[in-house]
Amino acid sequence: MTTGFALAAIACLAGSGFAAACARRPVVADRIGAALVAAGAVLGVLAAGLALAGHGDELVFPSALPGGAWVVGVDALSALFLLPVFAVTLACSVYSLEYFGAAEHPRAAGRLRIAFGLTSAGFALVLVARHALVLLAGWEVMAIAAFFAVTADDREREVRDAGFLYLVCTRASTLCLLALFALFWTATGSLELVAAPPGRIPLAQQSAIFALALAGFGLKAGLVPLHIWLAPAHAAAPTHVSALLSGVLIKAGIYGLVRVVALLPDTPLWWGQALLGLGVVSAVLGVAFALAQHDVKRLLAYHSVENIGIIAIGLGLALLARALARPEIALLALAGALLHVVNHALFKSLLFLAAGAVIRTTGTRSVDALGGVAKAMPVTAFCFLAGAVAIVGLPPLNGFISEFLIYTGLLRVVALETGRAWLLAVLAVPALALTGGLALACFAKVFGAVFLGLPRSDASRAAREAPAAMLGAMGGLVVLCAAIGLAPFLIAPALEAASGAVLPVSAEMLRAPVASLSLLNLGVLAVCALVGVALGVRLMRGPRAASGTWDCGYAAPTASMQYSASSFAELLVGAFEFALRPRVHAPRLAAILPGAASFHSDVPDLVLDRVVSPAGRALARGFGRVRALQQGSVHAYLLYVWLTLVALLIVTGVSG
Amino acid sequence: MSFADVAAALLVPVLFPPLLLAVIARTKARLAGRRGPPILQPYFDLARLLRKGIVRSRTTTWVFFAGPVVGLVTALLAALLVPLGTHGALVGFPGDLIAFAYLLALGRFFTIAAALDTGSAFEGMGAAREAAFSCLAEPAAFFALLVLVKLSGSFSLGEMLGPSLPALWTAGAPSLGLAAVSLFVVLLAENCRIPFDDPNTHLELTMIHEVMVLDHSGPPLALILYGSALKLFAYGLLLVRMVTPFELTSTATGVAASLAGLLLLAVLIGFVESVMARLRLLRVPSLLVGAGLLSAFGVMLLVG
Repeated sequence: MTTGFALAAIACLAGSGFAAACARRPVVADRIGAALVAAGAVLGVLAAGLALAGHGDELVFPSALPGGAWVVGVDALSALFLLPVFAVTLACSVYSLEYFGAAEHPRAAGRLRIAFGLTSAGFALVLVARHALVLLAGWEVMAIAAFFAVTADDREREVRDAGFLYLVCTRASTLCLLALFALFWTATGSLELVAAPPGRIPLAQQSAIFALALAGFGLKAGLVPLHIWLAPAHAAAPTHVSALLSGVLIKAGIYGLVRVVALLPDTPLWWGQALLGLGVVSAVLGVAFALAQHDVKRLLAYHSVENIGIIAIGLGLALLARALARPEIALLALAGALLHVVNHALFKSLLFLAAGAVIRTTGTRSVDALGGVAKAMPVTAFCFLAGAVAIVGLPPLNGFISEFLIYTGLLRVVALETGRAWLLAVLAVPALALTGGLALACFAKVFGAVFLGLPRSDASRAAREAPAAMLGAMGGLVVLCAAIGLAPFLIAPALEAASGAVLPVSAEMLRAPVASLSLLNLGVLAVCALVGVALGVRLMRGPRAASGTWDCGYAAPTASMQYSASSFAELLVGAFEFALRPRVHAPRLAAILPGAASFHSDVPDLVLDRVVSPAGRALARGFGRVRALQQGSVHAYLLYVWLTLVALLIVTGVSG
Repeated sequence: MSFADVAAALLVPVLFPPLLLAVIARTKARLAGRRGPPILQPYFDLARLLRKGIVRSRTTTWVFFAGPVVGLVTALLAALLVPLGTHGALVGFPGDLIAFAYLLALGRFFTIAAALDTGSAFEGMGAAREAAFSCLAEPAAFFALLVLVKLSGSFSLGEMLGPSLPALWTAGAPSLGLAAVSLFVVLLAENCRIPFDDPNTHLELTMIHEVMVLDHSGPPLALILYGSALKLFAYGLLLVRMVTPFELTSTATGVAASLAGLLLLAVLIGFVESVMARLRLLRVPSLLVGAGLLSAFGVMLLVG
């Protein structure tokens, strides 16, 4: 029953674009698409709710292919990931009624709607798959559909380049997954995704499977140094697709990692340490790169790298604790990581949607060209502010809850455990604090530069508040962020149930910390409201006057004299110069009265520019030699396939 | 907790903090050979500002007023998390040290946003410095707290700074000493004291915190002044509790010891401000990183 609902939901999402394509009038097409997504979201949330309430089940489709019957099912872990997928897809779909409607984009809108629905449907299929082939099928649908969604605006070169980079990365990721499941198959003789009994898979093979999972799923999730596709793809895609990528697609990597770890019976120490280390590097470098960006969408994309890093810290600690048999620490860390997955899906898509509302009305993504937008767009500004408070992990919103759980897991290590095996976990505490500080600086910068102060250009002076559909989508996400922040006990049982897929969980361990956080967050909100109202009443009664901003006696301040976003970040970008390598084009000012000059700086992606691109060029040169094999004729390719098969038969015949 | 405990834990953070500012000012005046303002001057200032009207910039939005409100509330709640005596804090739960740090971070976020709301170059400059320096102060503070967590085997402030503190000093005096020095540096940085920032300077270009609130006036400015006193109180109480490991069983003596310690701390801050000059801004990060490394060594002594 539960799985039936989930499959129906997937069918609604997958069909939404195709059904809309049948409508002749653009407005009708938009509405049909959104309605189907909404129906799918209702069914999907219903399925997830049933599974979390303990009514998870499976459907078995007999199959003649090797590897066992095709099984799909919804368990608590799937359900926890399904919830944000449907919530975010629905919000983005409603938002797209006004953002990328068929009326303004007659050529691309229909195509984009099909790709958009298939991306979410593919991911949902990955989540319910209990058989490797079903999982891979869903994975490919999601990956390829996301390519078409990213390249919706393919008349621009930047978009095509970003799409190509994404395609290369997702191909590499799928290759790793194929190898991973092939290894799993050779060891267990089955492609069904059920936990292997202890002793079935040799330890070395388990480690190889884990390493492949780290590479394949890490590429999708965007762990440093595999994050190279994120920033270009998020910047190039239409904004509601960026929200979907960040809120939904990259979580597929995290889900895959968790699911694969659940399949393997043993946990060597280095798994957790590797993931923890990668998490720390991703978190700190992700936010440092974000701080240096001038493009609001690239900036938000790098924050996804940071948040994936925080999730990886939680997962790594959980693995470490599983290896060292500390179930309480493992539960806190895993529950924190899983909650951060849900939270990040909500607040990151919220931030993208709010940024998109600004981009739509001003036509620019450059932070330094904006300013003072909050006056014209107060609701959007409030939504962005809520998203910023949530993503920085500040009380009283949801980001604080998940980061707190991860912190508590780490602090438990510091307080109660001894031994060098835990050293990375101890060092992760100040690293997480540094990440938090940098994220605060970054969001203070982008909120201040875009929404506050005076408009820096005509584009930002022309800003108008977004239409109701877009505001509604953002408002819904704000409500969800606040709900998890103020009433985390609502989601705690779901976290415990989902963690049970990977760990032996003693129930109700999360209740106590979650209850105190709920009180604290309510307290913050209540006291702030109280003091705010008191101040408001006092100001209403007293004498008030308005004037210009005090600029220390300077008579004619202008908007361009404001501190820009780049200046704001300059101190911190300087501190991270060793990793960021900013490119600065500054003029040399020689004479006493120098002429007009311009200054420009940007921070390219270190890994992409210094490692991957040169390596790619070298590879291309090397492979030029075998280009003779590329005949462009199907017959020749069939011949190659046949020759390879023969060669393989001979090799296996000799060895076996 | 008895009624007296609760009353003390509520009233002291509400009433006492401005006195710290007065003691610092008095110390500095005495060391400079002046008489100094009356000891209740900060209270007079607050009362005067609360009675005044305001002038607000036309550039600003509601964020401009949210800054002082959130800054005050978060500092107050953070102060309530730190135990006043050996009896534990008014609000305490496992992991409340995270809440302490993140509450203050929330206040900082809104203070910075309020500064950027004015669109002034100077306030932007101060905001950028505040954001950058606190990024470096944060890991230092966490390393210092990790020393306490490691030694006490607990991670709520009430137990970390509770009755077991004397035993912690016998177990890990070197680490605790390093952590205390580093926490003192963080306290100076977070509360914008010399050598990081000069609260009395007259040149906006060199300010950090004072320049962020240039445009605030009247009651909002009172909230800001009161909030910064509370923040000093919260950090100071943390440090004072950490370095006074005495067995004090009754509420009255415990609270009295903490308050006496806080007054001594204020004298020490006044002394530091009298004998040192403000650092060049470019030097500030290295001092903070140094402080972080000190407490990092403290952690390593215990872990390694």
